[in-house]
Amino acid sequence: MSATVDVLPPGFGEPDAEDLRQADYPPVMPLAVATLILIVSGGVVVAAQYGRPPHLEVPTILLGLATLLLIVNAVLVLRIREFARPVFFRVLGWALLAYAAIAGILEYVFLYDHTPAKVLALFSGMLVLFALDVPLMLAYSVARWQPPDAT
Amino acid sequence: MTDTAIDPGVDTAARSVEPGAAPPPGAGGPGPPPVPNFNIVPVRALPVVAVVLIGLIVAISTNNLWALTFFHVAGGGLWTSLDLFLGLVLGPIMGSLSIPARIEFTTKFMPKMLLIMPTLVAMTLGAGFQLARHVGNLEASYPHHGWLVASMVIVAVMSVIALGLLEPANLAVLFELKKPQPNGARIQRLMKVFIYTAGITGLMQIATIVIMTFLASR
Repeated sequence: MSATVDVLPPGFGEPDAEDLRQADYPPVMPLAVATLILIVSGGVVVAAQYGRPPHLEVPTILLGLATLLLIVNAVLVLRIREFARPVFFRVLGWALLAYAAIAGILEYVFLYDHTPAKVLALFSGMLVLFALDVPLMLAYSVARWQPPDAT
Repeated sequence: MTDTAIDPGVDTAARSVEPGAAPPPGAGGPGPPPVPNFNIVPVRALPVVAVVLIGLIVAISTNNLWALTFFHVAGGGLWTSLDLFLGLVLGPIMGSLSIPARIEFTTKFMPKMLLIMPTLVAMTLGAGFQLARHVGNLEASYPHHGWLVASMVIVAVMSVIALGLLEPANLAVLFELKKPQPNGARIQRLMKVFIYTAGITGLMQIATIVIMTFLASR
């Protein structure tokens, strides 16, 4: 198998203003991924105890940490000075809609299964964080590569 | 009906060419390769997604064993196949294409993936959880509960990879291609992330399939 030799046109693929701005951005993606890890870990811990009286201490701590990280991350994003905010909020809006639907389906499953109140509250909290964290990741990962004046 | 959804506000028609049409003046010379006109979200496919999700809700609410098994097995099979095909077959092929060919392929392929992947994931996991609960596999007293928890951990890792790397890369590529002057190196980088993460999740799914087939045969 022979690979096509890429002849890049001049100016195609060279670092641009967006590349240069990346160093000024806070660690939004690592924090968002960490939040997601805490959420899914909490979900696995609760789901693994299904059918017996659950110990909710660990998942509650995980949920609390995830909430804290998400709030810190949201503040960090809002404090970025040169940022394609209109693009960020447009993608965020659509993504929130999509992930609210997904989280809604999962919430429906838990309600339908008559999940015990404390477990349901925990799952609901995780779903809310999930439905906020993933859109934040998607919106940021688009906006970070757009010029600040992009609409 | 035309596809219109998330449009980053760039007039792509003014700078785009129809695939296969004569190149615009200056094409082949200095400047970025032409980008075909495309829409980030293929709106025409949304009704299909809605039908699948409604079917999933009906399967869950009726606790129909066949429907739950169908959604779980069909979704999981397609998800795994698609990931493996992407990572092991399509990825190397894309790497060998010329840049204009890669761009044209990407503009047609990635918008579809934006809808297909989350739909398959929702199908597989939603139906899977309910199926396990319905047949009693989720109970802590289930003899092979440890295996089920192991599969949950694998799925959790896959979810983090898919939502934290794969989907953001997918969306970022599409928005980059909508720019008047897309950055080729950035697109290449993001596409690599997309293809590699798809391959990794595909390989991890083989582990899930091993566990699932083991449990189903007990």
